[in-house]
Amino acid sequence: MAKAKRLGLKERYSLMTRGLDWETTYQPMDEVFPYDKYEGIKIIDWDKWEDPFRLTMESYWKYQSEKERKLYAILDAFQQNNGQLNISDARYMNAVKLWLQGITPLEYAAHRGFAHAGRAFRGAGARVACQMQSIDELRHAQTQLHAFSHYNKFFNGMHGFAHLRDRAWYLSIPKSFFEDAMSAGPFEFVTSISFAFEYVLTNLLFMPFVSGAAYNGDMATTTFGFSAQSDESRHMTLGLEVVKFMLEQHEDNVPIVQAWLDKWFWRGYRLLGLVGTMMDYMLPKKVMSWKEAWEIYWEENGIALFHDLSRYGIRLPKYHEVATKEKTRVTHELWATLYQYGNALGLHTWVPEDEELDWMSEKYGDLFDTMYRPRLLFLREQEQAGNRYFNNRLPMVCQVCQIPVFYTEPDDPQKQCVRIVEWADTKHHCCSDGCADIFNREPEKFVQSLIPPQQIYRGDAGGARDIFEYAEWLHLKKDIDTGEYNGSPDHQNWEAWQSQQPTPQANSDEAA
Amino acid sequence: MTIDLKTTSIDPVRKTFDHIAEKLGPDKAATRYQEAVWGLQPIVNQHYRPTWDPTKTLYDPSRTAVVMEDFDDLIDPRQYYYGTWTIQRGKQQDSQEKNFKFVESRGLMDGMEAAWKDKIRRLIVPLRHVAWAANTNNSYIAAYGFGAPITSAASLQTMDQLGIAQYITRIGLILADNDPTALDDAKALWLDDDMWQPMRALVEEAMVTKDWFELHVLQNLLIDGALHPLMFDKFDAAVTQHGGAAYSMMNEFTIEWFAEASRWADAVIKRCAQESPANKTHIEGWIAKWMPRIQGALKPLSDAAFDGEGSVALDEVVDRLMTRAGKAGLDV
Repeated sequence: MAKAKRLGLKERYSLMTRGLDWETTYQPMDEVFPYDKYEGIKIIDWDKWEDPFRLTMESYWKYQSEKERKLYAILDAFQQNNGQLNISDARYMNAVKLWLQGITPLEYAAHRGFAHAGRAFRGAGARVACQMQSIDELRHAQTQLHAFSHYNKFFNGMHGFAHLRDRAWYLSIPKSFFEDAMSAGPFEFVTSISFAFEYVLTNLLFMPFVSGAAYNGDMATTTFGFSAQSDESRHMTLGLEVVKFMLEQHEDNVPIVQAWLDKWFWRGYRLLGLVGTMMDYMLPKKVMSWKEAWEIYWEENGIALFHDLSRYGIRLPKYHEVATKEKTRVTHELWATLYQYGNALGLHTWVPEDEELDWMSEKYGDLFDTMYRPRLLFLREQEQAGNRYFNNRLPMVCQVCQIPVFYTEPDDPQKQCVRIVEWADTKHHCCSDGCADIFNREPEKFVQSLIPPQQIYRGDAGGARDIFEYAEWLHLKKDIDTGEYNGSPDHQNWEAWQSQQPTPQANSDEAA
Repeated sequence: MTIDLKTTSIDPVRKTFDHIAEKLGPDKAATRYQEAVWGLQPIVNQHYRPTWDPTKTLYDPSRTAVVMEDFDDLIDPRQYYYGTWTIQRGKQQDSQEKNFKFVESRGLMDGMEAAWKDKIRRLIVPLRHVAWAANTNNSYIAAYGFGAPITSAASLQTMDQLGIAQYITRIGLILADNDPTALDDAKALWLDDDMWQPMRALVEEAMVTKDWFELHVLQNLLIDGALHPLMFDKFDAAVTQHGGAAYSMMNEFTIEWFAEASRWADAVIKRCAQESPANKTHIEGWIAKWMPRIQGALKPLSDAAFDGEGSVALDEVVDRLMTRAGKAGLDV
């Protein structure tokens, strides 16, 4: 049977997918697809969509099942062999806690957001690409849970992540970020997540965690990180494709896309402050500093990408120069914030060791030596004198990014940066011009932000009246899940395991 | 004699995450399925109303009429999370691929009676559009459903239906020696031929159905539950009798898939109906509302597939479906 015409890969893919959809006539198309016009994006011809993945389901199943088989074989071996003992130091676990509490929930949110986009677009190619990403994101949520599940059996702070995710002040930062994207229309959603986050900023999120894991002996995280890498490349391709597609379809789309890029660059950058802080402070073995990462991945690569987009009339995102000015400060300011609010944190905090301070001096120079090192040394002194510092009052939080308003003025590292915005006779606080602009563009949206300290004052946090009752409401066990690392059960267990004593110190009230 | 291996033994501090332990009871080890789906969807403290539907929250239980105390109880008896699902599908696609290659390389479709080949072109190839509608409808459930067990399973079902649409496409191409006009012809039937219009009207109405649980009942129990036995079981058997054993090989995936996916659809519906008489009444109401439409949509296909026996075949299939619904605890 040699007479059958041979189909090229591209032709075969296009037949397999594209011809499947049709123009509905028994129901109006606008009812079948009610959500893909109201954002104002004009699509003249959905057939101009270039499928970024070109994967039929048979190839998808073939590739993904091979990856998944390998991944779970390694996770099984990791668990069987007490792989948790091979990490560099138990302080490293706090990076994993931050991931589980802050990032894994975003993977599930991404699964839902892409399911929404995968239902909303009337173009079949765009829909299939989003559906595939939706199950990839589900994969990431689930494989992360399966990798971290083992750590949860041996370390604190992870057991209540699902409860914490929806209530803790610092997790409001990632949660509000993603819910902002999901509550936008499908075009803005893919612009924010696929392009701004996964394409432009991906190396500042994915690299620090996965390379951090690799440097610190975390085989479970490293393995799923590498396994997810080819998914991420596909997602980046989707991000670029969707932005180019919108820009090429109609010139009226350009200002809309530009406004989204301005917003999501700043939103993403603010979220990445947490990741940068993790890189600089939580990794016992450092990969690179936040400043170096920013220089490579934004100042070189990110800016070059935006120059490529200038032919469509796209300029660099607003306030990118502010982010660059802040690169020597943001992680130190945020660590100080996490350190002092350690009583309501499902992470441990600590003052870095001397060699780490030296590393920071080398990476951050004069500003670190004059401003941040003395403060860290003072905190260490206080801790050693039995006065470990905690700020037990509630902070003012940015109405947009949800980070306590503790960052400093772009041109003055000694002056707190506060911007006051107003809507419907009510004043709100923002941490920066970037966040204030985002508020002012969509005030109806951002007045809805749930601000944890305000919820506490209103009695909406289980009636908690102070930070300790609030921590209880978060199901955080004092000094076990929270507080100082030195002397914590995690610390003590780690020392016991390292000295080969087979039984860990039991956490007395840890029965469940 | 046993081999005595020395390893480090360290006692864990806990067995699983709090929210899993709360559902399982203390000191029980969780399965990977449970850890992969339970508690994954936020319920409280959602920040912004969706701009695409400000009457609801992002994750909103009121997008369906059925009420569950805990939507995490709508579990999948197959215990599919992404890993188990994709590994299973990987094996199936491997076998399916071998079937296609075997049929193509041996020219096994050549010997089939022309009249029956034509029936496949008219009755099976247009079903790729029905599978595409099922993909669309399940992506709706994944997007707007409530709780990770249902959204996770529905998005896997979304991709399964895309896979089925693509496998049907391959059958169409093999029948036509890879001439893509065969697909255009099938699409023309789907769009304009009288025989297909009740079915197209039905799936388009499904695509504007807003209640996601109703859509689950409609798509995954009723439409698939009548269509697959009729067109991939009965019709497949008829083709086999007319020199079409090779054709049946090409449906291996779809036939196996239906038996397996039905277990999920039924279990979710059964659990939901058990929750309350009100839920049960809703589900029974949806079945009563949609069944006549489904029978009407399948009647012309059944008549064309089983000369003179169309009504009998369809009645049998509907009986089977109602037996399934009965086993799920419904009075239908």
